[in-house]
Amino acid sequence: MNIHEYQGKEILRQYGVAVPRGSVAFSPEEAVKAAKELGSNVTVVKAQIHAGGRGKAGGVKIAKNLDEVRSFSKELLGKILVTHQTGPDGKEVKRLYIEEGSDIKKEYYLSLVLDRATSRVVMMGSEEGGMDIEEVAETNPEKIFKEIIDPVTGLNAFQARRMAFNMNIPAKLVNKAVGLMLGIYKAFIDKDASTVEINPLVVTGDDQVVALDAKFNFDANALYRHKDIVELRDFDEEDAKEIEASKYDLSYISLDGNIGCMVNGAGLAMATMDTISYYGGSPANFLDVGGGATAEKVTEAFKIILSDKNVKGIFVNIFGGIMKCDIIAKGVITAAKEVGLEVPLVVRLEGTNVELGKKLLNESGLNIVAADSMADGAQKIVKLVEAEGGVTA
Amino acid sequence: MSVFINQETKVIVQGITGETALFHTKQMLEYGTKIVAGVTPGKGGLEIEGVPVFNTVQEAVDATGANVSVIYVPAPFAADAIIEAVDADLDMTICITEHIPVLDMVKVKRYMEGKKTRLVGPNCPGVITADECKIGIMPGYIHTKGHVGVVSRSGTLTYEAVHQLSQAGIGQTTAVGIGGDPVNGTNFIDCLKAFNEDPETYAVVMIGEIGGTAEEEAAEWIQENMNKPVVGFIGGQTAPPGKRMGHAGAIISGGKGTAAEKIKAMNAAGIEVAPTPSVIGETLIKVIKEKGLYEACKTH
Repeated sequence: MNIHEYQGKEILRQYGVAVPRGSVAFSPEEAVKAAKELGSNVTVVKAQIHAGGRGKAGGVKIAKNLDEVRSFSKELLGKILVTHQTGPDGKEVKRLYIEEGSDIKKEYYLSLVLDRATSRVVMMGSEEGGMDIEEVAETNPEKIFKEIIDPVTGLNAFQARRMAFNMNIPAKLVNKAVGLMLGIYKAFIDKDASTVEINPLVVTGDDQVVALDAKFNFDANALYRHKDIVELRDFDEEDAKEIEASKYDLSYISLDGNIGCMVNGAGLAMATMDTISYYGGSPANFLDVGGGATAEKVTEAFKIILSDKNVKGIFVNIFGGIMKCDIIAKGVITAAKEVGLEVPLVVRLEGTNVELGKKLLNESGLNIVAADSMADGAQKIVKLVEAEGGVTA
Repeated sequence: MSVFINQETKVIVQGITGETALFHTKQMLEYGTKIVAGVTPGKGGLEIEGVPVFNTVQEAVDATGANVSVIYVPAPFAADAIIEAVDADLDMTICITEHIPVLDMVKVKRYMEGKKTRLVGPNCPGVITADECKIGIMPGYIHTKGHVGVVSRSGTLTYEAVHQLSQAGIGQTTAVGIGGDPVNGTNFIDCLKAFNEDPETYAVVMIGEIGGTAEEEAAEWIQENMNKPVVGFIGGQTAPPGKRMGHAGAIISGGKGTAAEKIKAMNAAGIEVAPTPSVIGETLIKVIKEKGLYEACKTH
């Protein structure tokens, strides 16, 4: 789960990390009021969307007076920002962060991420801040430093010091940088983050070490123990169907195609998308109903697929292990009857309780095309959708 | 012969009184798995499906001599369950549970350093040695005894591959689902090593997916060490970058972990990669025919 920059900074503030003063605004009036209260010479108006690259896309403006705060706020609110992380459709700006300007002497990069290779949290830092860190990793990998953190001790002060020296933070500010790193690490662990990225971390003219940006990502599997983080979720930033799916613990991702997919298991779900594409079709979604799904959950999953107006056909591909085929069959039948099924449906069932599942489908009276294998099912649904005049990839 | 488990394996089911665990305990018993004990704190003294239940893993081990456990405990308590299994010095613990917080797993991995227990999973279908021992949630009937090892990050895709092999008359030694989480126990290379050393395994199917670099590392290891043919498949060839495809590990981030990169690395290591999941079986058959192993692998 992602949160906004201003929310991330609020968390950092609680951990004693220096961040500029600021507040969130939903309208130009609120923005002006916030700027007035800050009373700084320069005010930064920052678009709040869940994507990086806002600066380059024109989502961060420097205002020298309240009139400029007002005009920049008017310009940004409602604007569709397209950054390298939003995709071509971009994201509408609905919130602004109004922040005091900082006297930036130098920009650095700092992040904490989960490293799969070592199964540890790793801190990464570089003196090449403020820019695309992936580019630095590509062109100057020796300028990115790493500290692998043992979960027993947590981030050690010496590691933070070594990082600060490696990043060429001025010697007299190293202790401040160490304090900041330890604070960010504690926030990361306490809140079950999976990424915290501070880009840029800055040293200011008055010798402060300040987090000028804060990008947090949280481990979805740990949200059950962080009610405070769950409250920060911004539904405007998410796909409506994905939100609906998440209510039922379904793993659903919207895609651009027209063949709805319902599969159990993430690997098989991806492979089903691959197979549909291989036979010339185009999947409308990724949907993993998971292992412990009930018939009700399957029904909801089916409804979500049908709520996508682009869907011209559905392929249900189930290889039951922990998931029982009869439960899938029951859910599909209920949903099809409740919502009314107007598009072709191809079902492939295999695995636990397969005979029972097939029997239920056969006796349901629904117009279901049975498939013997994943390839057979994919070919059948692609043909049926083509026959309906659906445009395929 | 086989890898990791066989008919001698004595199994504890951790969390045996849960609904899912109960269902699969029955299925495992039907398959012939020697389930000697269950563990649910507070339910010690019960008997379920003829299996005695204990309050702790250590008690279960002391009473039954079990050497492997399988974990169906809910995610908030699963990391603790793994540590309990490791503390009891089991040879192996297989964690089926999905959605374990990743920082819990970071601690588990740290705790396991220097300990003897092998962890498979979490978020995995388990391990099965055909006709001998099934530990996990995979449907037993699709497996047939033979000479092909299977290792996979995806549960249901493992079933898909095994099913294709069995239908084509190619049996398996052991199928291992290593799970789709970013921090897990046994990895591809651990399994490949075991298959390489197992005299009954003649060829291996390795199924990966987008995210991370485990497949690339495995490909490198295969090129340098493997003396048996390996065929592969990578799921998520059409997955868009930046979207997490269900498994916590299955995400293309910063241009890394794409299917194309993985397939390239595998091809470079001499691994034939199936273009679609439906032809994993066919691809293996083609390769073992080329190597003159087809007749030896054919079971019917």
